[in-house]
Amino acid sequence: MEVLLSCLVGVLVAAAIYLMLSRDLLRFLFGLILISNAANLAIFASGRLITGAPPLIEEGQDFPMGEVANALPQALVLTAIVIGFGLFAFALTLTLRAYRSLGTLDTDEMRVAEPKDPT
Amino acid sequence: MSWLLSLPILIPFIAGVAAFLLKDGPGGRWASVLGSCAMLVASAALMTTVLAEGVVAGQMGGWPAPFGITLVADYLSAVMVVITAITAVAVSIYAMADVEARIARLGYHALFQVLIAGVAGAFLTGDLFNLYVWFEVMLIASFGLLVMGGSKEQIDGGVKYVALNLVSTILFLTGIGLLYGMTGTLNMADLAVTVPTLENQGLVTVVAMMFMVAFGVKAAVFPLFFWLPAAYHTPAFSTSAVFAGLLTKVGVYALMRMFTLVFVGDISFTHEILLWVACFTMVTGVLGAAAQNDFRKILSFHIVSQIGYMILGLALMTPLAIVGAVFYLVHHIIVKANLFLVAGVAQKIAGSTELKKIGGLYAFAPLLALLFLVPAFSLAGFPPLSGFWAKFILVRAALEDGHGFVAFVALAVGALTIFSMTKIWAEAFWSPHPENQEPKLSQLEPRPRRALLLPIAGLAVLTCIIGLFPEPFVQFAEGSAAQLLDSSAYVEAVLGVQG
Repeated sequence: MEVLLSCLVGVLVAAAIYLMLSRDLLRFLFGLILISNAANLAIFASGRLITGAPPLIEEGQDFPMGEVANALPQALVLTAIVIGFGLFAFALTLTLRAYRSLGTLDTDEMRVAEPKDPT
Repeated sequence: MSWLLSLPILIPFIAGVAAFLLKDGPGGRWASVLGSCAMLVASAALMTTVLAEGVVAGQMGGWPAPFGITLVADYLSAVMVVITAITAVAVSIYAMADVEARIARLGYHALFQVLIAGVAGAFLTGDLFNLYVWFEVMLIASFGLLVMGGSKEQIDGGVKYVALNLVSTILFLTGIGLLYGMTGTLNMADLAVTVPTLENQGLVTVVAMMFMVAFGVKAAVFPLFFWLPAAYHTPAFSTSAVFAGLLTKVGVYALMRMFTLVFVGDISFTHEILLWVACFTMVTGVLGAAAQNDFRKILSFHIVSQIGYMILGLALMTPLAIVGAVFYLVHHIIVKANLFLVAGVAQKIAGSTELKKIGGLYAFAPLLALLFLVPAFSLAGFPPLSGFWAKFILVRAALEDGHGFVAFVALAVGALTIFSMTKIWAEAFWSPHPENQEPKLSQLEPRPRRALLLPIAGLAVLTCIIGLFPEPFVQFAEGSAAQLLDSSAYVEAVLGVQG
């Protein structure tokens, strides 16, 4: 299962980097979503995957008996998803605003802040 | 103890909420100033405790380390929080006059305080994932501050800033995940204990490189700094000043923390890379500055160049070099924020930040000229200002460690820094105004004038104090370096304290 997830992470990162190398800002953003999901999956997999064993503690015990799923990576991933979602919403809005005020999404043409020949 | 540690984070958050509720009137900016002052008091209290007791740690929510989230303050964290508070006070006073009412109504002061909370959190946390969260708090607040106003330049600079910082964040997150997978812990002190016991040290070095790149983007080192000169000259001057002073320094702090505490297994490899990075950062930054003709763009490139000095101190990893890096960090925040504040006043009275379009500031605003000279000479390393001691310690550390070439680079970059500062001085201050205007400080209304000049004067006095009486500051930096190089006190404070 970990191997499968690792391969998936690899594919996602490859696709993400391909998209992020594009000059088109929107494609860059799509790449960003993919790579952030790849990062989340990597955290998830690095916590080791154990299926069918919820981390529940029986009554009267202080710790779970036997091997149980690791709940911490899930908490981390959940936090990362929420934060990533917020940041992505901002980035998308900024892209829309950039298109409206600069008239382009080609990053090579975005030279307002750093003009080619400063006068 | 937990209270004392969390106050420098809580106060700005509360001030941020108050500033947001009061954003339509003058209450917003006063909430911001009061919050910053309260934070300064709290961080000073924390500093006294740390000086008296050594490393202070507190477990949030009463969960014992390494399970809960730990806040830790050693000398370095404490001084960074104090300096953050000083910058926050200076900039929030300056922002009262600098930020237009239109932008203040959008919630400028609230976001500013959230940014300060994020910075303080990043300095105080002892947990890697929590550090990620503080980075994000800081990042989202800085995004808002950067594009507030919505001019074309801001949007353009903002796109590059947002894109590159998000990439670095994801790299950081992946690094955290992999490190957790190897060690099963995210507590930094626990990592310091666990990481050296791992069998696969090669993998540790790989993860260390991921952290180096992720923090390197935040710290704006060569070749990852391109977002900085693209964005820092576009927003309001108070935003520029607080970014220039604090944001990149959080990256430097994170590098210093991780590469003295956790990733010390393969110093000959990781710190050798850092050494080269430091040299290239110094040189490219200063050359980039030499090519610019805008007040703020020159200063932006100089941030990059100065970051190189701090990384140099970390890369050498000798006690004296770390002393230099800590001293440099503190000195740089004060001086750099101050220079951006001066640029703001120059723009307000002379009409532009482009050096070709302004002039005559020395003849008509001699006070401003004096207030520029102090931080500018300090940046370039003139004795007896703070920058001289910072550079002196680092160059000496490089020579003692047998890195003559590195010392030469550091000195040459210092000379080129003088060139850039002289350029600003000659064009903006000495040469007459191209349109024969008379840029006088009396053009400003008395109240805004006080709000603009008071913080600049305060920070300039601080630079002079550090420069004239370096002894206690160097001693403090020595204590800090001793703590960084011997992590046992840090580990003991974190893992030994219960709830």
